[in-house]
Amino acid sequence: MKIAAEPITELKLAGITKRFPGILACNNVSLQVARGEVLALVGENGAGKSTLMNILAGLYQPDAGTITVNGQEVRFHTPNDAYDRGIGMVHQNFMLVPNMTVTENVALGLKKLHKFMNLDLKEARRRIIEVSEHHELPVNPDAYIWQLSVGEQQRVELVKTLCFGAQLLILDEPTSALTPQETDDLIDRLKRMTAELSIIFISHKLNEVKALSDRVAILRHGAVVFNGQTADHSPADLAALMTGREIHLPRNEGMELGREVILKAEGLKVRGDRGHLALDGLDLELHAGEILGLAGVSGNGQRELAEAFTGLRPVEGGTVTFLGQDMTRRNPAAMIAAGLGYIPEDRHHEGIVPRFSVKENLILKDFHTAKFSWSVVLRQGGIRRNGDELKTAYDIRCASTAAAGGSLSGGNIQKVILARELAREPKALIAVYPTRGVDMGAQEFIHAQLLTRRREGGGILLISEELEEIMNLSDRIAVIYKGRILKVLSSLEATRERLGLLMAGVADE
Amino acid sequence: MTHGFAYNVLSLGVPFSVALLLASLGEMFNQRAGVFNLGCEGIMCIGAFLGFLPAYFLKGGAMAGYGNLLGFVLAMAAGVLLGLLFALVTVTFRAEQGIAGIGLQMLGWGVAGTLFRHFIGGVTGVDGVASWAIPGLSRIPWVGGILFNHNPVVYLAFALVPASWYLLFKTPWGLKVRAAGTEPRAADSMGINVNRVRYQALMLGGAMAGMGGAYLSLCQAKMFADDLVAGRGFIAVALVYFGRWSPWGIMGGALLFSLAQSLQLAIQVGGIKFPYEFAVMLPYVLVILVLAVARKARMRGPSHLGIPYNREMRY
Amino acid sequence: MNKFKLAYGFTIILIATLAAAGAAALVLKAIGADPWATFVTIFTGPFQDVFGITEILVRAVPLTLVALGIAIAFRSGIINIGAEGQMLMGILAATGMAISFPLWPKAVLLPMVILAGAVGGGLWASIAGSLRAYLGVNEILSTVMLNYIAVQFYTFFLRGPMIDPAELETGSGTPQSVRLPESAILSKLVPGTRLHTGLILALVLAVVVYFFLWHTTWGFRLRAAGAEPKAARYAGIHVERSLVTAMVLSGVFAGIAGAVEVSGVHHRAIEAISSGYGFAGIVVALFGALHPAGIIPAAVFFGLLLVGADMTQRSAGVPANMILVLQGVLILAIVSAKMYLNNAYAQERAYRLFTRLTGKSDATVKTGGQS
Repeated sequence: MKIAAEPITELKLAGITKRFPGILACNNVSLQVARGEVLALVGENGAGKSTLMNILAGLYQPDAGTITVNGQEVRFHTPNDAYDRGIGMVHQNFMLVPNMTVTENVALGLKKLHKFMNLDLKEARRRIIEVSEHHELPVNPDAYIWQLSVGEQQRVELVKTLCFGAQLLILDEPTSALTPQETDDLIDRLKRMTAELSIIFISHKLNEVKALSDRVAILRHGAVVFNGQTADHSPADLAALMTGREIHLPRNEGMELGREVILKAEGLKVRGDRGHLALDGLDLELHAGEILGLAGVSGNGQRELAEAFTGLRPVEGGTVTFLGQDMTRRNPAAMIAAGLGYIPEDRHHEGIVPRFSVKENLILKDFHTAKFSWSVVLRQGGIRRNGDELKTAYDIRCASTAAAGGSLSGGNIQKVILARELAREPKALIAVYPTRGVDMGAQEFIHAQLLTRRREGGGILLISEELEEIMNLSDRIAVIYKGRILKVLSSLEATRERLGLLMAGVADE
Repeated sequence: MTHGFAYNVLSLGVPFSVALLLASLGEMFNQRAGVFNLGCEGIMCIGAFLGFLPAYFLKGGAMAGYGNLLGFVLAMAAGVLLGLLFALVTVTFRAEQGIAGIGLQMLGWGVAGTLFRHFIGGVTGVDGVASWAIPGLSRIPWVGGILFNHNPVVYLAFALVPASWYLLFKTPWGLKVRAAGTEPRAADSMGINVNRVRYQALMLGGAMAGMGGAYLSLCQAKMFADDLVAGRGFIAVALVYFGRWSPWGIMGGALLFSLAQSLQLAIQVGGIKFPYEFAVMLPYVLVILVLAVARKARMRGPSHLGIPYNREMRY
Repeated sequence: MNKFKLAYGFTIILIATLAAAGAAALVLKAIGADPWATFVTIFTGPFQDVFGITEILVRAVPLTLVALGIAIAFRSGIINIGAEGQMLMGILAATGMAISFPLWPKAVLLPMVILAGAVGGGLWASIAGSLRAYLGVNEILSTVMLNYIAVQFYTFFLRGPMIDPAELETGSGTPQSVRLPESAILSKLVPGTRLHTGLILALVLAVVVYFFLWHTTWGFRLRAAGAEPKAARYAGIHVERSLVTAMVLSGVFAGIAGAVEVSGVHHRAIEAISSGYGFAGIVVALFGALHPAGIIPAAVFFGLLLVGADMTQRSAGVPANMILVLQGVLILAIVSAKMYLNNAYAQERAYRLFTRLTGKSDATVKTGGQS
């Protein structure tokens, strides 16, 4: 692989088309980037942005269309080809091998160093230090990846890409796992790098798009619907262009205090997967008829908290109380029976059984109740009727309720899960990242449903990475940091700046 | 020099461990790359038969000396081919690795038995490979007999342990193998052909399993029978877990298991009253105990072990 | 598109079967046998007389029973390679029960014998099931090891505590048990053949298994735990318990198969009684798509192969190990084909190729519900 490829003065994509089973991911897309330019690629989840960039980075092959670099047409069969031409990508999920050092990870991709029986780690190390100092991206070459924080790992990814000779950086949702302060920091760094590089970055956060990019292209359902100068448009304009209509995400209007406490955690101590104490003395109270938002950078104990509440993770210390009863050591079945609902993080593997039909998924928690079975025999008729009713009520788009759950789109799977949980009228509902990867129409619907449940008297613990979502829907907002609740604010007091500081661990006064 | 019970057990233990060691080292490469091959047992069966075949036909003739070498070469070549077949099924076709492994095992066992019955028929012996005492070292009292008075293949097998370590941890290929088994997407994004690396690992693993099988028929039992391999291939796969995917750990495990086997033999020879069948059971029970106890080890294995890699799959 | 889906599926299975046959033919050629003649013997030989036909069914009975158990296990997310050993333990238990209570009436003893077999197989399987569920031990390895252990156990009993006293007197020492009392023997269905009432038991159990898996809450739990253990756990299903239950049920069926074999066919416990049914049952289960409706014809087909292979051994000198070869190749072919059958992406590619070649197209190209 040649390092220091010739500078990219112009990159053109023309007529790129890509299909997956049942989906047209990219539909005749044409774009261009000039030297030193920052192009933002914007669109809803599922609009085709990542697919398009994966094609540019050499991971996927387009079904039709061409890529032109400096006037010359190129075909990228592997990421190596892309790097040869100076195009490198930093993915949303980092492409790093956890139990190898930074140096080994970089050496993996530096083919020139692969002499037959000998691995030249010294040269790789030297290159890393050179790049790291030049671009002011401090990394420790000898650290193991699993020892590094998310922000540090992202720096490693940047350094790695630059070591491979990238002149055009593609960044996929670079700020999704960062605090607001880290985000500002990254944007500054990237701005400085544009003196030498071009950047394409994918984001759905419109204020970042405004802050960093020169030009913006908007994708909707795989096609380019807009391509122009960022400075000429406001975030509201861009949002409208992204979705094709005016979206009014429901807001939480009312605020009533003093309702009964339905779910409580006191001094909760829970261990994470790697043996560390993920929750370290956590206190939290959820009231009936409220939405309590939980803000925080992912990895601070959110998952463990949700799992401790739902009985999926053993509790080492402290108590969990549900409707006044101690539920600390109970299993999931008991929590479900007591009236706790759960919308899990990974809808494909935790929320539904993909191979089961939609109607079977809708009764996944209730199949043994009298409504759906005569002692041990299933009532097929009742199951079918229930499926049809919920399909209509929640606007689940599928051929029939006999279709496999896994064949639905992300938004519809989420609706199935939502339907199932809400139909049980849970007294408390824990929703983890409920609108992640879901298009705005479904998002609107889900938010409306959550607010309805709140009006009916249910309590909802909303765990989300999207500050906007939390601020729009919550009555109160709790910030979780390193396994503890740092502070609980009412929605009036919570501003983006205050939340950002708390999420980074800076407790005020 | 009269040798005690312990000496007998230990001196038998070392050569008994070779077949396990070879097959298990090969399987280590497979698993490090992300594939587990239960068909190792079947490859060993074929290796045992093909190793035996030339030695049998050339016995007593002018070319007798080359018979053994030819046997090993044939066995390893067959191992490479079977590894290739397994790679086709599990890497290209992305089939379920456990069941596919059982299929390969049945195939290997069946073919070896069929060909044996047809070409040779009855149970006959061969001269096999002679011991080669290392001058000087083999004269050390007690230890010398245990460690340094074996056939050359034994020495080769143990030399392969540090060689495997070097290959896995100090060469570019080893780096690719480790990445392919732990984080194939990362390897892919850096231009490494994950599937090709897996093919290579499976072929290497197959060659070593074939070699292990040939050792059984040529050096250890000096004959061939249908039930010669008797589950050693499966034990070799379990040993990789036990040895924490490290060549040194595997060597330790292989020695431990073969001690159980030589213990069984020594009991029989020593006339100790112990039901024959229960003695034969020992190694298999030991495997289960070891698997049951070693659960922490499983968390440190290659995290993508057993999962076929599909770039087009959206995670 | 649905018609294409069917044709696509059928073609894949056909290719897989042909690949298996081709590989088997290669081996046959290597030993100098004529592949075509061998195949003809296998597929037509058994049909020459009534005895041959009943022999097919005699083989199909234990195959069906084992395969039903395997299907339950596989669908519940646990792989059982230990049917061979579970069968042996079932045989030991059944034989033990039969020779311990020879004076009981048939209406009591026979069901007890079958039950004993079920318990023997189930208990043996529970070892591997518990190891997997509570200690995370890979069940393929543990069941394979338990097979080897079971063989030794069986031999020990047959040469020792359970040996026929007559053998000891005459000094011939053949490892076999005493003949079962008449009240423990399954009656013959067709006089002059070996076909016995176990066939009815197998068919009834097939229906029971279908109902169990798809129409009861128990079956729902097992299938959910097998299809997506995480989601099942989140829905309140006790996944560990499901795994053990499934493995035990699987062993129960293998044990029943053993009891039926000893009670209906051999009438005494002998060496090599399980004859590889434990492994063949796995192939039958896979071939039958893990569904009772597919397992029954698959078992009959495999029974045909087994009887035919026996005949070729006698007539053409093709060693019995060929059946192992065939089983191995079939497994490899089936698991490879499965991936293509389930692969929506490959299916779409094939469909587009098809439309390009033939110029036909279909208005609805959707392969799933999309919004």
